[in-house]
Amino acid sequence: MEGLTKRYSREVLNIKHLAFQRGNIYGIMGPSGAGKSTLLRILNLLEPPDSGVIYFDGRPLSDNGRERLIQQRRMTLVAQKPVLFQTSVFENAAFGLKARGYCKRDFRGKIELLLEQVGLRDLSRQHSATLSSGEAQRVALARAVAFEPDLLLLDEPTANLDPSNVEMIEQLILKLNRDRGITVVMVTHNIFQARRIAGQVVFLNEGRIVEMGETERVFTDPADPRTRAFVEGRMIY
Amino acid sequence: MLEGFMEALRLITSFDPYLMQIVFLSLRVSGGAILISTVLGVPLGAYLGMKPERKTRFVSKIIYTLMGLPPVVGGLIVFLILSRRGPLGVLGLLFSPAAMIIAQVFLSLPIVIGLTLLGIRSRGGDVAMAARTLGAGPLLTVWTVIKEARLSIFGAVVTGFGRVVAEVGAVMLVGGNIEGHTRVMTTAIVLETNKGNFGFAIGLGLILLTIFFVINSLLYTLQRGGEGHF
Repeated sequence: MEGLTKRYSREVLNIKHLAFQRGNIYGIMGPSGAGKSTLLRILNLLEPPDSGVIYFDGRPLSDNGRERLIQQRRMTLVAQKPVLFQTSVFENAAFGLKARGYCKRDFRGKIELLLEQVGLRDLSRQHSATLSSGEAQRVALARAVAFEPDLLLLDEPTANLDPSNVEMIEQLILKLNRDRGITVVMVTHNIFQARRIAGQVVFLNEGRIVEMGETERVFTDPADPRTRAFVEGRMIY
Repeated sequence: MLEGFMEALRLITSFDPYLMQIVFLSLRVSGGAILISTVLGVPLGAYLGMKPERKTRFVSKIIYTLMGLPPVVGGLIVFLILSRRGPLGVLGLLFSPAAMIIAQVFLSLPIVIGLTLLGIRSRGGDVAMAARTLGAGPLLTVWTVIKEARLSIFGAVVTGFGRVVAEVGAVMLVGGNIEGHTRVMTTAIVLETNKGNFGFAIGLGLILLTIFFVINSLLYTLQRGGEGHF
């Protein structure tokens, strides 16, 4: 993306240049109000930037509704508090495939396998309202990857979850990236999590990129004092 | 009073033709009105509910005001529109079941729009965003939002029906309470009570109460079914 800006009552995003390489896992870090979630929403075409161009596979995102939908269908966003539809776990997981016109008989096996991978096969017919927050997040993740997106955007996917669910979701993200080559861009407040699973990290502050680079380098030898303060836990957020 | 109650039970259990004719006309008029209100009100309420609150503030205030419109005032407005010198006087609808349906649409439509709007606004934005992130196009997104708000929409329709089937002012004004033509339960209760025919009035009252019981049971079941989903 080039020259991306977004303003609400104040400027929340001002990114001169940012590129994500296919097949990598990126951790977006930064204090509250840094513009991390806004960046994800703009990337997922849920809201337009005030200015700037976003390229997807080297091509600028289209203004044409139909083409835009096709581009949007190659990516997806999982929110911190996932909104599950008021139906069964299976129907939730199948939503994206149905939206793309697939028949139930074509994807039944695929969804069941996916639910097994996230440890929810036995809950397949259960209503989404009865799930715990960890189970709901796993359904949201299964639902997001069922249609095999090229780009998976995660907005604090493990916030407020217990350690066992955090580990399960982290393992799933790593597996999806490794087995299917899905590019992952994950916003996280948890610096330890970013260090555990991200190959590259981007540190945002007040809507601007302060630092970006390989995770270990940024954590062990940050170039910017604000990044150092953040990774050493001295920046209040 | 006991005598009146026994007479009421006799009329109900014997399916008295006059009583049944009034009951069926009431259900036909109020059912027709709520059907029209649902067809018009649910899409409109969904549309408004999905718009940002700041953009629909004024329209919302008007709808909420109309939700509390006294039936007799609604009836008066429809009366003036349909009267011989009114803008739709040429249609000759005054004192007909059609006029009563129009008056009841006037009363139930704001309820259906308003309650649908509120139901969709409470969760619609999040649902729409979730659907879009999963690749839903504009039509599927709207359909998903409506489907997710189905309990609120059911509630809106049932509440609207409850309001119109019980009102007396509007149907009295535009229908005229003509026997065999525009006499419905509520207007018949007023008339029969004035005539001292308490058995008939109580009979109609019992039927009306039964309808309310069914409506409230339905609402209660829906709300219980929805517990934990919101």
